[in-house]
Parts: sequence; structure tokens; C-alpha cells
Amino acid sequence: MNPFDYLQADNASNAVKLASAAAAGKYLGGGTNLVDLMRETVERPDTLVDVTDLSRRIEARPDGSVMIGAAVKNTALAADRTVRRNFPLLSRAILAGASGQIRNMATVGGNILQRTRCTYFYDEASRCNKRDPGRGCDAIDGFNRYHAILGASPSCVATHPSDMCVALAALDAIVHLEGPEGVRMLKLVDLHRLPGGRPDIETELRPHELITDVELPALSFAARSTYRKVRDRASYAFALVSVAAALDLGDDGNVKDVRVALGGVAHKPWRALKMEAALRGRAATEVNFRAAAEGELSDAAGLRDNAFNRTRQADDRCRPR
Amino acid sequence: MSVLKDTAQKALQTAISFVPDRWLPGAEPDPMRTKHGLIGAPVSRVDGPLKVEGKARFAAEVPYENMAYAALACSTISRGRIAALETAKAEAAPGVLLVMTYRNAPRMAPPPVMNSAPKAAGASDLPVMQDADIHWNGEPVALVLAETQEQADYAKSLIRVTYDLEPAITSFDVAKTRAHPPENILGEPSSIEFGDAEAALNGAAHRVDLMYRTPRYNHNAIELHAATVAWEGDKLTIHDATQMVNSTAWTVAQVFGLKEEQVRVLSPYVGGGFGGKCLWNHQILAAAASKLAGRPVRIALSREEVFRIVGGRTTTEQRVAIGAKPDGTLAALIHTGVAAMTTHNSCPEQFTFPARHLYAADTLKVAQDVADMDMVANTFMRAPGESIGTFALECAVDELAETMQLDPIELRRRIEPEKDPTTGHAFSSRNLIEAYRRGAEKFGWDKRDPTPRARRKGEWLIGMGCATATYPYYRMPGGAARIRLTREGRAIVSTAVHEMGMGTSTVQQQHVAARLGMSFDAVTFEYGDSTLPAGSMAGGSSQTASISATIIAATEALTKELLKLAGNDSPLAGLKPDQVEARNGGLCKRDEPDRFESYASILGRSQRQEVTCEASGPLPLEAQKYSMHSYGAQFCEMRVNMVTGETRVSRFLGSFDTGRILNSMTATSQFKGGIIMGLGLALTEETNFDARFGRIMNPSLAEYHVPVHMDVPRIDVIWNDIPDPHSPLGAHGIGEIGITGVGAAVANAVYNATGKRVRELPITLDKLL
Amino acid sequence: MHCTINGNRTEMVIDPRTSLLDFLRDHLGLTGTKKGCNQGACGACTVLVDGERINACLAFAVQYQGRSITTVEGLSRGGALHPLQQAFIKHDGFQCGYCTPGQLCSAIAMANEIERGIPSFVTKNLSTETALLDHDELRERMSGNLCRCGAYNGIVEAISETFAKEPA
Ligand SMILES: Cc1cc2nc3c(=O)[nH]c(=O)nc-3n(C[C@H](O)[C@H](O)[C@H](O)COP(=O)(O)OP(=O)(O)OC[C@H]3O[C@@H](n4cnc5c(N)ncnc54)[C@H](O)[C@@H]3O)c2cc1C
Ligand code: SF4
Ligand code: FES
Ligand code: FES
Repeated sequence: MNPFDYLQADNASNAVKLASAAAAGKYLGGGTNLVDLMRETVERPDTLVDVTDLSRRIEARPDGSVMIGAAVKNTALAADRTVRRNFPLLSRAILAGASGQIRNMATVGGNILQRTRCTYFYDEASRCNKRDPGRGCDAIDGFNRYHAILGASPSCVATHPSDMCVALAALDAIVHLEGPEGVRMLKLVDLHRLPGGRPDIETELRPHELITDVELPALSFAARSTYRKVRDRASYAFALVSVAAALDLGDDGNVKDVRVALGGVAHKPWRALKMEAALRGRAATEVNFRAAAEGELSDAAGLRDNAFNRTRQADDRCRPR
Repeated sequence: MSVLKDTAQKALQTAISFVPDRWLPGAEPDPMRTKHGLIGAPVSRVDGPLKVEGKARFAAEVPYENMAYAALACSTISRGRIAALETAKAEAAPGVLLVMTYRNAPRMAPPPVMNSAPKAAGASDLPVMQDADIHWNGEPVALVLAETQEQADYAKSLIRVTYDLEPAITSFDVAKTRAHPPENILGEPSSIEFGDAEAALNGAAHRVDLMYRTPRYNHNAIELHAATVAWEGDKLTIHDATQMVNSTAWTVAQVFGLKEEQVRVLSPYVGGGFGGKCLWNHQILAAAASKLAGRPVRIALSREEVFRIVGGRTTTEQRVAIGAKPDGTLAALIHTGVAAMTTHNSCPEQFTFPARHLYAADTLKVAQDVADMDMVANTFMRAPGESIGTFALECAVDELAETMQLDPIELRRRIEPEKDPTTGHAFSSRNLIEAYRRGAEKFGWDKRDPTPRARRKGEWLIGMGCATATYPYYRMPGGAARIRLTREGRAIVSTAVHEMGMGTSTVQQQHVAARLGMSFDAVTFEYGDSTLPAGSMAGGSSQTASISATIIAATEALTKELLKLAGNDSPLAGLKPDQVEARNGGLCKRDEPDRFESYASILGRSQRQEVTCEASGPLPLEAQKYSMHSYGAQFCEMRVNMVTGETRVSRFLGSFDTGRILNSMTATSQFKGGIIMGLGLALTEETNFDARFGRIMNPSLAEYHVPVHMDVPRIDVIWNDIPDPHSPLGAHGIGEIGITGVGAAVANAVYNATGKRVRELPITLDKLL
Repeated sequence: MHCTINGNRTEMVIDPRTSLLDFLRDHLGLTGTKKGCNQGACGACTVLVDGERINACLAFAVQYQGRSITTVEGLSRGGALHPLQQAFIKHDGFQCGYCTPGQLCSAIAMANEIERGIPSFVTKNLSTETALLDHDELRERMSGNLCRCGAYNGIVEAISETFAKEPA
């Protein structure tokens, strides 16, 4: 790991100032991803601005929305009463990730900006367009069991590893940002990019933009939601595929509204809009769910080791249980 | 284990006539083998308090003044030569003491490879950082020494290496086309054939002929490989994490041109070994760097480096073909295949060993080849060969039973041999069918529906499977033990053996206490130091039998000595060693317990503070005369999700036949530990070796999936506890048998649940969709 | 700059790169806390920070100024082993003992998490205030602590005996 300066920020503007002043400044959350990547020399910041003392508030508002400070720990968010009651898919998604220890360290901001677990990306000996633009991608013809089946490009087939973000994508979460040029908001589904020709540019964030809060808009039927994760062991493993889903079922047994997002399948948390559209107004039957899932995956492309994910997706009926 | 075989066989030719035939036919079995009391009792670990307090000091935790820290840079190609090596930036980085490469490393001889000499410990015999040649992807090319670990790690990232590539064999598929039989397999022939097995197979009433594949695995002990080394003049001390202190000392001495006594290896605690904690490059490089710098050096590998520098279990492709007659006996048993290996190591992965001894068949053919690859030397990993060999064999037996519409346990009953199928020797102790009977009863095997997919609960299909476990009995020659008996009534037993969590120190303390008629607390067991009387290595599940034999020899010497010291004024006067036994802190006449004198009294009267005796164990001839193996029956209940293919082990039971159990608590843990590693082997573990580059692509515990708490159900373990009349204490080693048969028990249960036969490990969910 | 370690105020004069784990092990000689991966993937380095469990290998020590850290060396009270330490010995909750300090610290914090009603992935009903210490809950919550020796059964028995009101 390269030497760096360690600075602490007590508020957002200060953090932005400190990070922008450095040649290669980065924010430090719980460090559970960044420290690892610095050891692997994938990340080489010269300055770390510790943002774990920024907002740790979870504010349930009267309108049913929730504001979550970026420094809120993953455990705290998952354990929050309002979130558990009104947005159980978010609690479950967070609890499906990593371990108790890591969730105690990890922050909401850091979780959103964690980077792919593609093992070629981690390996200095491998070619990787994300780490070293233009060098090629060794994963495309290599071990790609955990790689993308949706939205990938010939440059990169990596996936975004977060569980939490899959739930946030389903919930239309809004990310509040503060940067050298001021504050703004982005929908979470618009924050991460597909790889295209520049997999090294992973988000729409501008230089030194800081995540300050995440907002969950009110969604009444989110109380009827869940998160299903499929992985290579029973716990403490990244998703091969995961589904966050919320369902609003009418008295007639038809789907009034539905939210579905997929994890482990794309370079970003994948909002399954096609599937949602196919389900709205339809009877909530296994056949319809399956057909809708097939539709979502009609463009899915399998690689050597992950083609099975297609079948899985189609079969996972995404129904809350 | 092969060291054992080689040495034993050579020694045998000359020595068999006049070595004591303690364990041979006709000799009196060890009387302790049936004694109860302390032996067999669930005594908790002597090192327990230290370990739960974090006070047991491991290799990377030994402090030294003025210590320097090492970091390694490793090759990123599989074969070729270093073309350019830029180290200037690293050398100039803060805190850096030196950068060692092949250009400035001390001249060192290649480490003699395991099996090439009795104490050879080299995982391979390639030269260590002596020239520009690269032999595997991950070979160390430079070592940075700095004042702190952080500085060393950073400086290493500044090193730039370029290579001239040479063609490398990194694809098993390619290597297989040039497979060849190894000279021998741990001293055994690589192939054995009697009768015309292929013809018998073709003519058989029932037959299966199947291919099985197993991937690479890594030991992944949680303790990272590490060593703390220091020179004092021309004497070298290595605080190591190793399962072979003596062999490491001898081998490192050869590397540096020293006498064995000049190298001291200490390893009191090892954070898990499983075959992986042996002599690899890092200890040698640390010693070399320490010599250059004139400072003590700590080297602690990263998890990635453990994958790159320390080999694991190799990949195999196996064919098992079995032909059965209408009555269920076997007309033919064939087990052949190929394992990936290198040209510079000695671990051919003996997957055909189980088929050589398990079942009766009219004809037999076993043959295994090796395919040479350019990769890190593969090595012994918990039940090398037997673990994955039983996967193939026992899955095939299950398939055969199904084609015959026989219960798989009934089939095994019908093919139970009367004597060893290949050697013709009598079994010293074989109660496999009893293990099946007891296991089946406890597990509820009778509730199994032989029809696949017959049981279902919600999305989950449920199935049961069973398989045979087996592992050879080994006892190492050449070990010795020393007993020091003090007037205060303490016994200190010393031998250079190892405690990696098997319970060795606890069990041997129980043993010594029982054998000397002393209390448990009056005994101290010293081990883990190469300056103690030479001990056996912790491998091949041989330590317990080996140590026990040396302790028995040392106790015999001690008894003789004590009787001499007791002299004519003692109640013991005139008695011969075989007329006395130890009891209540002294000796008495066997059939006249009142003729007794305590050790303290004997020593007091002879004005001695203490008496010390050292003796070597006899050669392990018992294993030459008898077919000596451990057995077990593994039972598994699996749940498989119909939608996602996810697997869950819901119940597991191991029923073992491993001679006498010496400590029921630590033995249970050993068996369970083996079974759990077997669950990993069956379901989740796999080292991803990228055939394009010969590079391991998941060198991390996040991506190499060893079972976690949630993967492991409550496991039941039972045993026959029938002592082997021909082994010390009636016991067998039990470190490895637990993992054998597990792969097959799981696969057979998965089949019973889903109707899918998965013949390629690990059984990941994609294979079940 | 300082922090409190096992009740003792400790100066921190360190390279910002030094992890909390290396700070404990190499700088303070508190080698009870173990390193098994340095990547957050094994749990051997688990320590308690203000009572909560974290992986010390992924923590920069400088981030923990002013905090109160408990390591395995700080579990015993007045020379007596913590009940969980005793239970580990009784139930043979280890073999090599290398993962043990991490398992112990993790389990102590885990029991506290359950007490505080923090749910886990296997908690069936997220809206209930209380969490159970049953077999599944315990195994799921302890899954961040690998044991390659496979002492899982003994560990789980020791934990449930120590913390369960009703046996798991
Ligand atoms: C072994 C292991 C297993 C894991 N398993 C899972 C899993 O199953 N599922 C899962 O979802 N995750 C998993 N994770 C990943 C874990 O969830 C992330 O590492 C964690 O959420 C990152 O949060 P952090 O606060 O530690 O981020 P850091 O590591 O501190 O930072 C990550 C990135 O975010 C940036 N950053 C941090 N805060 C802000 C902010 N406020 N504004 C802007 N940028 C910011 C940093 O600069 C850095 O680039 C696992 C991690 C490990 C080590
Ligand atoms: S998939 Fe993306 S991250 Fe992985 S090697 Fe290819 S370019 Fe790099
Ligand atoms: S050493 Fe920290 S989790 Fe493995
Ligand atoms: S006791 Fe050895 S790793 Fe757990």
C-alpha cells in the first residue's frame, strides 16, 4: 500500500474541500472495500478523507419517506425499525451481505460505491480494462461465474456486488450528493453506469462528489417485499444472483404494482423494468411471473461459466414469500 | 507416509530377522490397548486455556529485537526467464534494507524433495531464487526486507519485472495427452492387475463404467504460513508453522550447507496444517534474507501468496468400472486415471489406493498416471488420494447398487473381502460392516426411499446417501522419545512431534500417565522443537501410532533402569521388566500388587534426582505383515432446492472403525473436522486455475469457499472402538479418515434427492439445474 | 492520539497504513488477535470496538482514535476465564485454536446484538422486537468466522450454552 495522508472531516463541505485539495484524494468509509483495494494496489490515493463522522441519522418522515445519512452503518440501517417494517427488502438485502463484522464497519455511502469482485480486476497480473483502460479483459474468456449476463460490453463483463443496492434500485432510492460545484440528486439506478467502452468509469459522480444521504421515497406496498439471494455457500458469499421484489396485489388477485431489481447479473444493480411492465395488471400466477422473468432476460447473454444464471433467473419467481 | 514406506522397505530387507517383533504375529499385543480409565476419556485439551486466552504463540508472533519484515514479489508467468528486474525504486523506498533477487541471494542448494531421503522435506527440488528461470506462475522473484511490514509491502509494489516467455503446459487437457505412470506411488506400484479385468467387466451381468473429475483444492488453514528466523553465527533458528520440524531442520541444513544440528526448528503451535504446513520457499528465502541483512526476519505470507507459493491438492480425472455377478459379488473392479503433477515434486495423489484394499473382486485393475504441468508443486492435503479416490469409487458402487436394485449397504456386505485383495495379507482389524450396521441404525437408513425425488418438502428435495471411508494405518520409523522421571514425581516426555489441533499433546499426556501409573497432571509432554529426540512428522495420520510406539519403547527402557536402581533392598528385588507394571506412581509385581515401590522411593534410595531414558520405536513391521487400514461408513442427508439448485446438508453421521479411540472428545473433533472439510470438497471448494496462464484466479477466502457455520449441521460421530491387536495402544491415526467417503456420501444423497448424478466436484448449484 | 485497549489508555504513534490488527499484533504485542486473510474474509481478526465486533484487518488504526477496543486478551475478568472461554474448552470449540480468539469476540458481540434485537438474514419476522438464539440464527450470525479445523459444532454448543436462555 502506498503512503497517504489521513484526514478527518466533520461535515460534508469540509470533506469535499479536503478531498478536492489533494492530488488523488478519496473518501474513506468503513474501509472494508477501499483498504482491500489499496493493499492490492488497485487504488492508490494520496489522501484519505474519513467521512464516517458525517451524518449517521436515519430520519423517518411523516410522508413515509426515509432519509439515511451516508455514514449510517449497514447494521444500523438493517436494524432500523421503520426500515424493517416498511422496507423489509432493504433490511433483508443488507443482512444477506458480507458478515456481521463487516456490516458493523460498512457505511451506506461505501456500500453503494464498492467495486466489483471480478478476480481479474483484483489481480495485478491480469488484463483488465477497468483497472488499466485499453488493456483488454481476461475475464471474458476466463472464470466468469460471477459475471454479467445483462448490459455487459466487449470491454467488461463485471458485476456490481452490492446486495443493498439491489433493494435501493427496486425502491427508486435517491442519492444526495455534494461536490465542489454544489449539491444535487441522482436516482440510484442512474448512479452506476453500464461498462460500455469505459468500464473504468463506474458512476455518474463528478470528481470528489460525496454521497451525503440516501432517500427512500414513500412506497406503501414496500412493506410487502423481500430479498432472495442465491450463492455458492449458505452464508458469507457474494450473490450469484439475487432478487429484490415488492408486490402490490389487488383484491382481484392481479398485480396492481410491482418493483423488481436483480443483483449479480450486471455492472449495476439491475432494475427489471420490462418485467415490472409485463406484470402490472396481470394475474399473480406462477406462469405470468415466469413469462415476465423470461422477458426481462430475453437479452441476457451467457458466458462460459455463468450461462446457468439465465435459467435461474427465469425460474426465480420473484414472488414475495 | 512414503518416507515411511521407503525407509521401512529398505530396512526390512536387512533387518527383519533381528528387530524386536513387538507388533508381529505371535507377539503379545499391547496390554494397554484394552485398559480403560484415562485412555479413551474425554480429557479436555491441555493447551485449551492458552488458546482461548490468545496466549498460544504462533510462528508469526515470536518477538525479536531489531526484526526486519519481508515481502515477496512473485512471478506472473508460468514458464520463461526473467528478462529485466528493476529494483532501484524499491531499494530507495523508505525503510527498505535490501531487495533480494537471484542476483544477490546467497548460493543455496536445492532442497531435497520429499521421499528422496528419510528427512527430505522439500515440496519440490527446484532451486530457490538461484537463477532467472521461472517454473510456475507465482514463483517468488524478489524479497524486500524493510523496517516495517507496511514499508516492505509498499516497496515490493515498486518492483518491475519483465519476462521472456517460454511455452508452458498449463492446461490439464493438454497435459493429459502426455500422461505417464510415475515411478511409484509412495513406494507402491503405480498399477496392479490381476486377471483380465476388462474382459471380466464386459462379461459381467451388471456393470457401471464411469468417469469422475475432481478439481484443485487448497488447504487454507486459517493461520497463514509464516516464519520468524534468526541467525546466531552459523546457527539458524526458525520459528515455523510446520508439521515436520526434524525434516525441515535437516532439509534447510542441506540448502545452506550446514549440519542438521546447526538448524533449530521450533513449532509449538500450528494454526492448522492439513498437509500444507511443510517446507516451501518462504522459510528458505527468509533465512537467506536474514543472512544477508544480519537481522532476524519475519515472513508472513498473504492469503494470496499462500495460494501461489504453497501447493494444494491436485486435479484428477478418474475412471471407475465395476462388473458384478448376479449374486452381487464382483467380477471386475477397475480404477484408473490421471492426476496433474509437476516434474519436480513427489505427490502423485494416490487416488487408486482405496480400490486396492476395499473390496473383493475376481479381477482387479488399478493404474494411475500423472500429467506434468507447469504449476506450483501440488502436495499432500488431508487424505491425499483417498479423499477423492473414495469419491469416485464410492459413487460408482452406489450406481452399481442401483443398477442391481440392491441396497448400497447390502452390496458392500456382499463384496466384503476375507483378506486383503492385493497383498493377500490378513486384516489386522477390519470391522467395516459393523460400522455400517451401527451407522445405519443410528442414522435411520431404513427410512431412505431408494427412488430418487421421492421426498420433498416445499421447494426442497430430500435425499440420503452413504459411502465407505477408508485410510491406511501408517507408523513412521526412526522416531524416539525421552522420558525424564523426577523424584518429585513428575514425568517429562520429549519428542519432536507436532500439535496442530489434533490433540496430540493431550492424548500423549493421557497415554504416558496411564502407562507410568501416574496422574495426568504429573506428566508434561514436550514437542515441537527439532532439538528434542527426533519425532515423526505429522502426516499420513501416523503421529499417534508413531509416538505411542516410541513412548512404549522409552517406558520399557525406563522400567529396566528403575529396576536396576531399585536394587536388592526393594520389594521389587529380583523382578524382570515383564513381571512388573506401573501403578500409583511406582512399580509393582503384576500379580502381586503389594510388592510395590514408588518412583520417588526408588530414586530417593538410589540418591538420584531423576532418571532419564531415551529409546526409538521399532520398525513398523506390522504394516508389512498385515493389511492395516481404518474404515468408516459415512451417511448424509441432503436438501436440494428445486428452483435454484442450492444444496444444504441437513444431517450427517460418520461411523468409524479406527481401532481404539484414545480421547473421545478430541477424536470426535478430528472426525468432524475431516467430515466438514469433506463437505467443502463435495459442495463448495475449488481452486480456479486459469488454464490460459497457469494462474490461480481465486486466491482469497472470499472467493475460495470453505464451509462456514451456516453450511454445517450438527454432525454425529460414532465408532466401534475395537482395538487393533497389532498397533500400539490398539489405536490408529484418525486425522484423515474423516474426509474420506464424504464426497461420495454427499453425491449419492444428492442423487437420491434429485435423480441427478454429478460426477464432477464440487457439486455447485449450476450442476443441479 | 490514543485509544483504550482492554481498559488501558494506549498511545498511537503510527503510520496511517497500519491496520488496527497490525497495530495490536506488531506494535503492542497483543498477538491474541489473529490474521487469517487480511481481507475481511475469515473473521480471525475480530475485535470489539465499543462492544461491537469488527474485522481489525480492514480497519486503519488511525480511524479508531478515542475508541475502546477489547481483544481476546481482555475477555477474562480478574484472572478468571470468561464463561464463554470456559465453554469453548468444555465443548472442544476449537482444534488448532487459531480462529478461536475471533470466534470468541465475535460470539460475545453477537449475543449482544441479539439482546438488542438486531435481526439477521434468517430472522423470520423482521417486525418482531426480539431475536432468538436458535441454531440457525446462531450459525448465520457466526458465519463471518471461518474455522478450517471444523470445530463448528463445538463452537455452537459453547455459545448456546453460555448465552441461551433456552437451549438452541
Ligand atoms: C469478505 C467480504 C464479503 C463481502 N460480502 C458482501 C456481500 O455478500 N454483499 C455485499 O453487498 N457486500 C459484501 N461485501 C462488501 C461490503 O458490503 C462493502 O465492502 C462495504 O459495503 C463498503 O462500505 P465501506 O463503508 O466499508 O466502504 P469503503 O471501503 O470505505 O469505501 C468504498 C468506496 O466508497 C467510497 N466512499 C465511501 N463513502 C463515501 C461517501 N460518503 N461518498 C462518496 N464516496 C464514498 C470510497 O472512497 C471507496 O471508493 C463484502 C466485503 C468483504 C470484505
Ligand atoms: S470483467 Fe471488467 S473488471 Fe473483470 S477483468 Fe474484465 S474489464 Fe476487468
Ligand atoms: S484477518 Fe481479518 S477477516 Fe481474516
Ligand atoms: S480451530 Fe483451527 S481454524 Fe478453528
